[in-house]
Amino acid sequence: MPKKYKSSSELKKRLWRNKLLYVMLIPGVLYFIIFKYLPMYGLIISFQDYKPYQGITGSEWVGMKHFSRLFTEPDFLNILANTLILFGMNILIYFPIPIILALMLNELRGTFFKRFFQTLVYLPHFMSWVIVVSISFVMVTMDGGIINELLAYFGFAKINFLLSPGWFRPMYILQVIWREAGWGTIIYLASIAAIDPGLYEASRMDGAGRLRQVWHITLPAIRGVIITLFILKIGSVLDLGFEHVYLLLNSMNREVAEIIDTYVYTAGLRQGQFSYSTAIGFFKSIVGLIMVMTVNKVSKKIGEEGVY
Amino acid sequence: MVEDRTFSGRLFSAVNFILLALIALVTVLPFVHVVAGSFTTSAELAANKFVLIPKVWSFEAYKFIFSTNTIFRALGVSIGVTLIGTLFSMFVTALMAYGLSRKDLDGRRVFNFLVVFTMLFHGGMIPTFLVVKELGLIDSYAALILPSAISAFNMIILKNFFQNIPEGLEESAKIDGCNDFGILFKIVLPLSLPAIATISLFYAVTYWNTYMSAILYLDNSAKWPIQVLLRQIVVLASGMDHSATLDGTVPPPDQTIKMAVIVVATLPILMVYPFLQKHFAKGAMLGSMKG
Repeated sequence: MPKKYKSSSELKKRLWRNKLLYVMLIPGVLYFIIFKYLPMYGLIISFQDYKPYQGITGSEWVGMKHFSRLFTEPDFLNILANTLILFGMNILIYFPIPIILALMLNELRGTFFKRFFQTLVYLPHFMSWVIVVSISFVMVTMDGGIINELLAYFGFAKINFLLSPGWFRPMYILQVIWREAGWGTIIYLASIAAIDPGLYEASRMDGAGRLRQVWHITLPAIRGVIITLFILKIGSVLDLGFEHVYLLLNSMNREVAEIIDTYVYTAGLRQGQFSYSTAIGFFKSIVGLIMVMTVNKVSKKIGEEGVY
Repeated sequence: MVEDRTFSGRLFSAVNFILLALIALVTVLPFVHVVAGSFTTSAELAANKFVLIPKVWSFEAYKFIFSTNTIFRALGVSIGVTLIGTLFSMFVTALMAYGLSRKDLDGRRVFNFLVVFTMLFHGGMIPTFLVVKELGLIDSYAALILPSAISAFNMIILKNFFQNIPEGLEESAKIDGCNDFGILFKIVLPLSLPAIATISLFYAVTYWNTYMSAILYLDNSAKWPIQVLLRQIVVLASGMDHSATLDGTVPPPDQTIKMAVIVVATLPILMVYPFLQKHFAKGAMLGSMKG
């Protein structure tokens, strides 16, 4: 078969010609294999009773034991509920805010103020969760925090925000909004900038006011971006991020504040239940994957672009 | 856009401006409060509550936190990890991004898929911890860098940027006898400075803010970066579990001292931010647009 021979030798030639490009890929590929794909292989310990000194090859297989434990353990069900509630708050309260903020920034006349406000509202995104949480802690602490001092000044009782379970969720979502809302506007502003200005002029001819323009031109134009970001958000349903909640967590608010990520850390690394907490993490990753794929499919069906 | 001179148009603009000004104020005030509070005395802070410009200036808090080695050491760790980590990450990210940006590379679709897949599915905290442990990285500074050396997101942004560079440039360099490394370092990178600046900033901020890797992989408190120390000083001491504070018998530190530590941990970001703000806004748009 001379033809096939010819093409495979051609392939060899092409591979050889690009050998330096493949050399360039080596560090990156090694990184992804070692730190991304090896941990995926490590997921099989969720089907074992993993003992660190026996390793993956020596540990005993136990099938679905750890997964069935998930759904019978009241602890886990409570944690799942906490995770879903915080996720719901992210979707219902946080998600629309960057859109509204971007629409407002876009309606601002004068590039100086636009730049100025943008610079200010982007800034918190670059602060770590430790810094964000620390700033709010010095503000709400019982001994001399500004919020409690103000409450006292106006004759209200001081509130121990940090230790009362009822205040955990409001604090959590306020911190999310403070840190991320401004940064979240970037992508919306970029897609608003791509709208044809002629559309606005035409609508003004027809007598549309500013609010009507926002409603009938700007919003529909960024619909695709909103849906794409919504899909990405849904995909991260159980993935709220470890750091933020871990920093707010304490023995008093554990009932409402413990989420999957913090529980994996406590059960896995603090209590050494490697297999059980890996099963929790596995469950979380699979749910995330299924969610992204489902929502993506749905969005393609209703005529939107989808993420991939 | 054309100026809208009707009454309702002006009213709309005015209301919009005032609301945005309030939002901007709410965004910066907490931080201004902390900075001002760190430069005054505890007595002044207690008397004046909300200090925006200190009436009595005092550097006591800073003198106190710098009187021990702890903060210096943590700052040193954070600065070192940020510098080395950013350089290393940029280097490997650029190499990979360039390789994958070349359309004549066989198998790039497979490599691309393998990278994107890691954004959709991952092994999670415990299996990753076990890999890091098996590699003997526990308690080493490398554990703060290697496990997060490449961000798939940053790599894809850079790859897309490289793809937009005209291929003719690369071809003519090749004819002049330049190999792929030469093309990358002499032609592609110099043409990509806005993207490089943006991604370097993203990496630098991530390394400066390193917290989770540190609590996962570092047992030795002498190696803590500044963020972990900050948590120790502010979060654990802010009327949370007192048993969990540094030692339990030490009273929680003064408000002014906590504020000073927050400022120190934020300072580098505040210093680079104005210079790079222009770049990253552009760069982030570039990355968020599909390409």
